[in-house]
Amino acid sequence: MLYLGSLNLKNMSGILSSSIARKVAMALSALFLIIFLLIHLSVNLTSLFSEDAFNEASHFMGTNSLIQYVMQPILIFGVVFHFVMGFILELKNREARNVKYFKNNGAANATWMSRNMIYSGLAILAFLVLHFIDFWIPEINHKYIEVLPENPTRYFVELQHKFSEPWRVGAYVIAFVLLALHLLHGFQSAFQSIGFNNRYTKCVKTLGKIYAIVIPLGFITVALYNYFSQLNH
Amino acid sequence: MDLTLKIWRQKGPQEKGQMVEYKVTDISEHMSFLEMMDVLNESLVAKNEEPIAFDHDCREGICGMCSLYINGEAHGPDRGITTCQLHMRMFKNGDTIYIEPWRAKAFPVIKDLVVDRMAFERIQQAGGFISVNTSGNTQDANAIPISKHNADLSMDAAACIGCGACVASCKNSSAMLFVSAKVSQFALLPQGKIEAADRVRNMVAQMDLEGFGNCTNTGACEVECPKSISLENIARMNREYLKASII
Amino acid sequence: MTTLNSRVPEGPIKDKWTLYKDKINLVNPANKRNIDIIVIGTGLAGGSAAATLAELGYNVKAFAYQDSPRRAHSIAAQGGINASKNYMGDGDSNYRLFYDTVKGGDYRSREANVYRLAEVSGNIIDQCVAQGVPFARDYGGLLDNRSFGGVLVSRTFYAKGQTGQQLLLGAYAAMNRQIARGKIEMFNRHEMLDIVKIDGKARGIIARDLISGKIERHAAHAVVIATGGYGNVYFLSTNAMGSNATAAWKIHKKGAYFANPCFTQIHPTCIPRSGDYQSKLTLMSESLRNDGRIWVPAKIEDAKAIQQGKLKPTEIAEEDRDYYLERRYPAFGNLVPRDVASRAAKERCDAGFGVNATGEAVYLDFATAIHRYGREQAKIHGISNPSEEKIIELGEGIIEAKYGNLFQMYEKIIDENPYKTPMMIYPATHYTMGGVWVDYNLMTTVPGLYCIGEANFSDHGANRLGASALMQGLADGYFVLPYTIGDYLADEIRTGKISTDSPEFEEVEKEVKDRLEFFINNKGTHSVDYFHKKLGLVMWNKVGMARNEKHLKEAIQEIQEIRDDFWKNVKVPGSLNEFNQELEKAGRVADFLELGELFAKDALEREESCGGHFREEHVTEDGEAKRDDKNYAYVAAWEYTGKPSEAILHKEQLEFKDIELKTRSYK
Repeated sequence: MLYLGSLNLKNMSGILSSSIARKVAMALSALFLIIFLLIHLSVNLTSLFSEDAFNEASHFMGTNSLIQYVMQPILIFGVVFHFVMGFILELKNREARNVKYFKNNGAANATWMSRNMIYSGLAILAFLVLHFIDFWIPEINHKYIEVLPENPTRYFVELQHKFSEPWRVGAYVIAFVLLALHLLHGFQSAFQSIGFNNRYTKCVKTLGKIYAIVIPLGFITVALYNYFSQLNH
Repeated sequence: MDLTLKIWRQKGPQEKGQMVEYKVTDISEHMSFLEMMDVLNESLVAKNEEPIAFDHDCREGICGMCSLYINGEAHGPDRGITTCQLHMRMFKNGDTIYIEPWRAKAFPVIKDLVVDRMAFERIQQAGGFISVNTSGNTQDANAIPISKHNADLSMDAAACIGCGACVASCKNSSAMLFVSAKVSQFALLPQGKIEAADRVRNMVAQMDLEGFGNCTNTGACEVECPKSISLENIARMNREYLKASII
Repeated sequence: MTTLNSRVPEGPIKDKWTLYKDKINLVNPANKRNIDIIVIGTGLAGGSAAATLAELGYNVKAFAYQDSPRRAHSIAAQGGINASKNYMGDGDSNYRLFYDTVKGGDYRSREANVYRLAEVSGNIIDQCVAQGVPFARDYGGLLDNRSFGGVLVSRTFYAKGQTGQQLLLGAYAAMNRQIARGKIEMFNRHEMLDIVKIDGKARGIIARDLISGKIERHAAHAVVIATGGYGNVYFLSTNAMGSNATAAWKIHKKGAYFANPCFTQIHPTCIPRSGDYQSKLTLMSESLRNDGRIWVPAKIEDAKAIQQGKLKPTEIAEEDRDYYLERRYPAFGNLVPRDVASRAAKERCDAGFGVNATGEAVYLDFATAIHRYGREQAKIHGISNPSEEKIIELGEGIIEAKYGNLFQMYEKIIDENPYKTPMMIYPATHYTMGGVWVDYNLMTTVPGLYCIGEANFSDHGANRLGASALMQGLADGYFVLPYTIGDYLADEIRTGKISTDSPEFEEVEKEVKDRLEFFINNKGTHSVDYFHKKLGLVMWNKVGMARNEKHLKEAIQEIQEIRDDFWKNVKVPGSLNEFNQELEKAGRVADFLELGELFAKDALEREESCGGHFREEHVTEDGEAKRDDKNYAYVAAWEYTGKPSEAILHKEQLEFKDIELKTRSYK
């Protein structure tokens, strides 16, 4: 058969048109979110030890202008980018196999986590919606819409208030389990995507597993602690 | 042993295909999978039916021609082998075996279990070579020493047989393992470094053009690869690509 | 009738090629653009030729029956490629490689060709390294070499156990570069079904697009056949399932002489047949004989017990084992050349000492090597009084490092652990030294028609040494043909584009179509494989490792009968204009059925034993091959006249000016 395919080599348009560039962008946004999660958890964990510390940290995060006007938009962009790109890639990938297998044994060669990133991702997205309704929208409302007076001790009370209903605590726990599954593949996958695969890869994989379990577990602990600590009162 | 086979039959590239059931009896456990297919085909010819078309040639696991998706896995349930090296002792009496062609938009079916892998050819033509004339008027083979480590890694990457199992196994039909093996082989050798940037850009561009999916690092390709080509090659290609794009 | 002129240039052997190149006709670059060349087959020879011719500026059309040039069966070569680089400093030289090759070929090859082969061998390595072939290297970063059977130096370059693959991928990459430049037009999944001659010159081919079934005409100023050997005439061989002789046979029928068909190499270390369903045989690299010891039981009752599965090889005491190669050939032992090792295995199995259910297998045992390496390693690691288990563990480690992939391959096929129980091996058809007759320019007896690589007869005489097939394929394709073809094409610069609209193309296309239609319409009773297997059995039993007059005459008779039966009763399902694998096979088997007969006829005519051709009537007192240099130091080139039985023999007398003819002795 003749080679009919055209060799369209010189036509290198925008950087994100290439599969590898998209993949790297996906990984970089993931690494950014991984760092964000760590910071977020550190703030949350203070609620376990001291109401004041939590309020102080939250107040700082909520009022520092660098964080509010530079980091927050970057974070929002990062989250949106990660999700949108994730969807685009998923759709493209589905298109790449137009006829499905009659019988496919996916479990034979890849983990459940790696094959279902879109589903764990979707669950996390659903959680984020809830989370935004719970914290971010009231917060924005408080600061920029109704412009209520700032009370540096309100954060802990708000936190406790949110974790008073069992259904919400349950939803948080489930969401963080799915985040753990997402991270179990995502952490090491991000490193692989940016080309990091060498003698340290074993460490990265172990670190990834620890991170994927410890971070969500931390968030779950915060939710459960704040729920149960209220029951005792 | 006696087996039930469910095999994809498709008359031609434009026709609709379907799974068709066949029975085979008295299959020896020492047969190779393709010899079992031969037995089935002989029986079909005897019944004046058209035998099942499937690609195969060397039958010793090196030409990369054979390409069956067996019971949901590329080259079947065994590891580190091609379909022609799969033996019937991996199955047991009474089993039902599903046999399908590689599935990817970039690998259209030609007939039954035969697919068109010309996309791989075009990717290679886009840069899978070192631009040196074949005159023999090159420098002496030992003029440039190459570290054994890199030479061995290059060889491991070069062991790819271009069968397409990576694409078939990947849930995204990504060709990254195949392309990265070729990119790595040359990127690891001083002779290949000169054109490394153009090579990786052009090969990846052609790969994308062919309609393969994106790599999501599931690692299925590495597991199913008959030559155990490592995921490290994909990471290396990502690096090479970044280097070539940024610098 | 053409005369058989080998066109070997004058002058001392060391200068022939250089002097010849200096005077050869060349085509200027502007004219090359107007010249088309067809290359059939894209293995080492065809692939390297297509790439080089395109690079020189010719317009090349290359054809492969597989879906990619990279899948040609050259890819299966394991061991390595010879070159007289003398990197090891062990006294190698062009002359020594030349000498070893001529001697290994049992003095039935053309001296001048072999010397040229040795001369360009070093260039091949330079070329391949520049192309990015990842040859094995030592810790200093320089190229590593290993030794192979039948020679006294280490000159074999290798890339793990996949040297053929890596060299082919090198040639394939060179092709891809030219395809991308538009200088090679690649026709994958196309099969050449006949040659078209105009005014006596090769001017084109008729090919079938294997996907659509369409018959196509392709014209060119020269045609190069590089389609490999005809080992599949035996049905079972180490060749690929699709390896065939159709191109070579079709050009033979159109005027190219076919030389020495009886020179076929039976490789001693293959995995034995396991049943009637067997479709092909798998080679285990010859390098295994460096460490493996070959044996069969010394007592016939032990052999019988093993065949019936009542006894295990490990239960046979050392003194009850017959290490027959070490016994018969103390000097070379297990490392005798391939033909000798194969015949010795057959001799033992015929005597009833074979060791699997079929009685056609011998043991290749690594126990001694495992012990030897184990003790060495224990010393290196400073283990005093190592236990038996420790020694075996250490020894197995070394064996695994050397042959791990082969052992794994064996275990996958046979389902036995070769570290613990001896491997079973048996000879199988591997390589064909015979082929289309060519002159020094690699041109056949048809002007403008060339034949390179395994498909031609030239360089290996009656037996090929290990690691020299890859060398010959690449030498022909990269360094010989691109020069010599210019000599012919220099006269073609005024020919202009060749049209496929001529009565000659018309006529051949009709022949091809008629034949294909016959197959589809015949509606016979038996499948193509049925006939192929029958032919293979006759070839193996009567034209195999040992031949005699009675068997050869019977074989000729039987092959004719199978052929008649084939043309009456063959059944090919499906239709013409589709992907039809049975139809492809039918055409190939039809040609094997003719080639097989010529093969037997050639074997009958050659009343001597030499290399791979062993006539039981011509043996020394102790049963070794007895060559007859006085009467048979010639190339038997056969001219087709309508039937294989009526082929006319032309002799090219071989002259040995630079080598003294000796009896090969490995005792």
